[in-house]
Formats: sequence, C-alpha cells, structure tokens
Amino acid sequence: MREIKAADISAAVAQMCMSANTMLPEDVRRKFEEGYKNESTEAGKEIFRQLLENADLSAETKLPLCQDCGLAIFYVELGEDVYVPGGINKAITDGMVAGYKDGFLRKSSCHPLERKNTGDNTPAIIHIDFVPGDKLKISYMAKGGGSENMSRVTMLSPSQGWEGIKKFVVQRVAEAGPNPCPPTILGIGIGGNFEQAPKIAKKALLRKLDDVHPDPKVAAMEAELLEAVNKLGIGPMGLGGSYTCLAVKIALAPCHIASLPLAVNVQCHSARHEEVEF
Amino acid sequence: MPTYTLNTPLTDADIEKLRAGDVVLLNGIIYSGRDAAHKKLMELLDAGKPLPFDLKGASIYYVGPSPAPPGRPIGAAGPTTSGRMDAYAPRLHALGLKASIGKGKRSDEVKQAMRDNKAVYFGATGGAGALLSKCITASKIIAFEELGPEAIREMTVKDFPLLVINDAFGGELYAKPKLDD
Repeated sequence: MREIKAADISAAVAQMCMSANTMLPEDVRRKFEEGYKNESTEAGKEIFRQLLENADLSAETKLPLCQDCGLAIFYVELGEDVYVPGGINKAITDGMVAGYKDGFLRKSSCHPLERKNTGDNTPAIIHIDFVPGDKLKISYMAKGGGSENMSRVTMLSPSQGWEGIKKFVVQRVAEAGPNPCPPTILGIGIGGNFEQAPKIAKKALLRKLDDVHPDPKVAAMEAELLEAVNKLGIGPMGLGGSYTCLAVKIALAPCHIASLPLAVNVQCHSARHEEVEF
Repeated sequence: MPTYTLNTPLTDADIEKLRAGDVVLLNGIIYSGRDAAHKKLMELLDAGKPLPFDLKGASIYYVGPSPAPPGRPIGAAGPTTSGRMDAYAPRLHALGLKASIGKGKRSDEVKQAMRDNKAVYFGATGGAGALLSKCITASKIIAFEELGPEAIREMTVKDFPLLVINDAFGGELYAKPKLDD
C-alpha cells in the first residue's frame, strides 16, 4: 500500500480551488480569442473582448473570474493500493473549505428548503472511482448555478434514436437562450441509466475544448450537434451571433434495452476546472 | 448604438429615452438583491413594514458578490440569472423600482410591469465578475446580513457598463433562437 498524507491532499485541493477560480484554462482562452476574431456580430465580439479582459484582470488581482465560484465538484481516480489515513473524503473537503476561505471565493451552498447558507461551501460533491494501481488523480470543477439550472436529464425511447437526441439538445439550448451565460459548453451523456447519464455528461466537461473524441463516430456526432446549436444564432450572452456554444463533449455508456437516457449538462463560458495527481 | 451616462435614482425622463440595445453607463447608488433577499422584501411588504431602502427611482442589481479581499470594496460581482426574480419584480416595479440589472430572459409579467410603470431591464455581462467589480467603488451591507452573499448591499457604481435588454415600450434586445420547426 502507498500512503498519501491527507494534509498533502488538502493543501493541493485548496490551491487548486483558488487557482481554477482565477486562472482561465488556456483552451478556453484560445476559444475566446477565436470568437473575438470570428464572431459575426459586434455585440458578440464585444462580449469576447470583455471576457478576455476579465480573465487578465482575474489572473492579476486574484479576484474570481465569476462571483459564482460554484458548488465544488471532485472526480477522483483512487488507486486500489492507495491508503489515505483519515480518509480521502475528509482530506478533499478540508482542502476545499480552506481554498474557498483563503481565496475569498463565494460560498454558494445552502439548505434546499430553508435556504440557509452552509457557510463554508460544504458539502463538496465527490465522485470516487477505484482504479488499479497506487496513483491518485483529483479533478476539480467549479460549477455555477446559472448554467446548472439550464441542464436537463430525460429518458427517451430507444425508437427516438440519434434524431431524438439531437432534437432534445437543440431544443434545450434554444429554451435556455441567454440564461446560462453563452457561449456555453455542452456535456452530453447518452446511455447509462437515470443517475449515470448526468454523471457522465458532467464529467465530459473536463475534456479540453479542442480535443477530438477518439471514436470518429462520436467525434462526428459532437461536430453535428455543435453546428446545430450554433445555427440557433443566440450568440454570446444572447445578443445574437455565431458563437452560442464553444464545444460539445459526448460520453456514451451502455443502457437497458428498454431505455435511452439522455443528459445535457450546460456549462457556462467560465469553464473552471483543474486536476492534480499524486 | 446610443450611449447614455445616467445617475441614480432614475427618473421617468431617464427611462423614456432608453431603447433596447442602448448602452448605459450607470453612476450612483444601486442595491444588490437576489433570491433570498427578494423573499424577505416580500415578507416586509406583506407585514406592512418599511423596506431597507427607498424603492422610488431605485435600481436593483441581481448579484451575490464573492467576499471582498483586503483592500478592495468588493469581490467579483457579475450578474446572476434574472428569471428567478420574476416572481417578485412586478410588485417592486409597481412601488417605484425603475431598473433591474442581471442576465437572461424576463417573463411576460415583468415586461408588462416595466411598460406599466416606466422601468427598464439592464443586462450586465455574465461571467465578467472581476471586470465589473472595478466599477463598484464602495459597498456596505444594509440588510439581511445573515444571508451572506445574498445580503442586501448598497453599492456605489461609477460608469457601470450596461445594455438595455428590455425597454419600457416592449422592445427587447435578446436574439430569438432560429428553430426550423
């Protein structure tokens, strides 16, 4: 067994929370630059200009890119030969709480009915997958409420197939309109079951915006969906234009013979995530 | 597109010259308020109690800022999705609220209330929280401190950059999605 100290995990997680909320990922910045150059509307271009300026300012001042520093989502790949004295969940949670406090990040978690803020952004939402070996990888995502509210899961009938999937996704983006802070990134989960589809949809958002899915069929589906939603003309912040969505990322999973689960996770343009490995 | 520099509190004359698509640089005092604060404002109104600020000519910014780091008046402070305040906005417009500031669509009821009461809806750029905070020169909590980021703040803004999304005449800036069917 390899022992990894909880304190080391907490320190790395705290740093990751602070850094991800103030440093726009390079792949996202490149898309903003592309949008600033190519957006067809002046209003849309101006939004990209502001977002680039915002990213520069955030990096310089360490003010968060967005005041909504999100619920803290963690995807953990935990080697089966790793031992964390005190427990991995506590180590990650302690790090998240410290990072949100020391980084002056907003705490956005509250009781669902009483709406009382938990005060420290707890609970962290932690997904753990056990993998062979003695390594540990933790990915952090700051997921804001505005884009999450525009996300949906549905159970299609297998007869609806790809056309049904496409129709649902386009309709979802059209209905969301300016609300989720477009240009967005779409994580699409196809298959699995009622809880797995949204899980793989959101996890797909960890991919680089400019990567290409290794399965050419899926890569073609992503391109087709991206083109379809961008035809809507919603544009940056809903002001009209060709950049409604920056990228579509699809994840597939086998499903029941009776089902075709579909989840659309909408991510705002402030796509904040980082990872750390031990 | 026309650009106006306006000072709060806003007047009917200010509102009447604005059209969807206009740029406004807003100056003066605005009030932050989002979900939980609006619910509490309604409770005060229901109880016949005074509100923590004067609604006449007021502008409400739908924002829950991140905490102010040392040496700064406020943290990141971009708009939240306005639609969640649609349930409350018509009542506030009827009592004198002249402008709300946020991002995203408004309901037909809110648009009607803006026509009936000479009011506008401004959009600020979502996800530009660090950039927008530069225009907020002072901020203090004036009500509901227990709500944390959702407390009502009195904010002083200087040339706060806004777009008129919905004007008082039924005009709207947002692009309609182009659907085939």
